[in-house]
Amino acid sequence: MAFTLPDLPYSHDALADLGMSRETLEFHHDIHHKAYVDNGNKLIAGTEWENKSLEEIVKGTYQPGAVAQNGIFNNASQHWNHNLFWEVMGPGEKKIPGALESALTESFGSVDKFKEEFAAAGAGQFGSGWAWLVKDASGALKVTKTENGVNPLCFDQTALLGVDVWEHSYYIDFRNKRPAYLTNFLDKLVNWEAVAAKL
Amino acid sequence: MLRTALAASLFAFPALAQDFTLPELPYAADALDPVINAQTMELHHGKHHQTYVDNLNKAIAAGDAPAGTSLEDLVAGAGTFTPAIRNNAGGHWNHTFFWESMAPAAEAGEMSPELSEAITAVFGSEDEFRAAFEKAGADRFGSGWVWLIVNDEDQLEITSTPNQDNPLMDVAETQGTPLLGNDVWEHAYYLTYNNRRAEYLGKWWDIVDWTEISERYDQAIGQ
Ligand SMILES: [Fe+2]
Ligand SMILES: [Fe+2]
Ligand SMILES: [Fe+2]
Repeated sequence: MAFTLPDLPYSHDALADLGMSRETLEFHHDIHHKAYVDNGNKLIAGTEWENKSLEEIVKGTYQPGAVAQNGIFNNASQHWNHNLFWEVMGPGEKKIPGALESALTESFGSVDKFKEEFAAAGAGQFGSGWAWLVKDASGALKVTKTENGVNPLCFDQTALLGVDVWEHSYYIDFRNKRPAYLTNFLDKLVNWEAVAAKL
Repeated sequence: MLRTALAASLFAFPALAQDFTLPELPYAADALDPVINAQTMELHHGKHHQTYVDNLNKAIAAGDAPAGTSLEDLVAGAGTFTPAIRNNAGGHWNHTFFWESMAPAAEAGEMSPELSEAITAVFGSEDEFRAAFEKAGADRFGSGWVWLIVNDEDQLEITSTPNQDNPLMDVAETQGTPLLGNDVWEHAYYLTYNNRRAEYLGKWWDIVDWTEISERYDQAIGQ
């Protein structure tokens, strides 16, 4: 089914005091995300994927081990990734719900250890890509990183949290300083209620 | 020529166990404005390129490649070293080559007749070459580079590489001698062009130094 650009779940300036400016959200959501939606729709039109769900398209077009992924995958996965990204940020309460805190502590030793590992994954993803907190088939929580548009659906993992480390995510607000963007994301931008709801 | 001297000192340095260093820009940071503005140049050269140099030195100090290995050998053997060497030796080589490929618009030289003929023979015309190069740059999904190379058959070819790979690397899908490379990481254009990579690729021709590129062509085909 055709992809549609979701509205941001908050206003474009809702995160400005938290380190993500209106300008960044205008380009990132209104232009970059929209381009993935529009390009994806052009590419699936008239193909076997036209009437499939977004998840089916992402899983069905991913090519494990390929040097470069195909256009349908790239645009569909980036649509999925950005949908999740907007959802796991927010201007509200920043307390981590008890169940998520327990799960993070159990898997990583402490919330701070989790944050360190997650930020290191994001900083260590060379080039464009994403860092993730995922739940794998066994129920264990893990931190992963992926290149370009690749995401946890490709590996049958449930994504709980994802951060975009393409330079367009942080260049306006943080320039080259990706680690500062990641620390800010974890400390100020994440909507932990939304993350916990995916557990 | 200043740029030739810089290239010689960087690319042909004897194998001493000495840290790699950031080369100076061969022009002022604002010399390529408005195609590439001063703020972009300062960040791109002073921060991004410097980080590749620093991380390359750290990787060598950590034993990822033998101390004293030349930059050319690190690049050529990228697949035999660690990702840190591949990424940062590539980043250092690519950016050094990039700075030397450009000149202020008023000083950017002309294509030699030999290179012009070869481009016309392979691509149909200079315009068609530019369009194909721009398309290859626009189609590179994520971060990377677009190149004009002389391939193994001494033919001109357009190719693109992910991240900081380049056509000299053993890991490159298409190998050859680079004549020209444009950086399509978002940091190369975001402050001026935002998401409009295609516009950046189109304007970039104004600052390509064809005198330099033509010299590289002569060397690549052994003249
Ligand atoms: Fe993005
Ligand atoms: Fe020269
Ligand atoms: Fe660059």
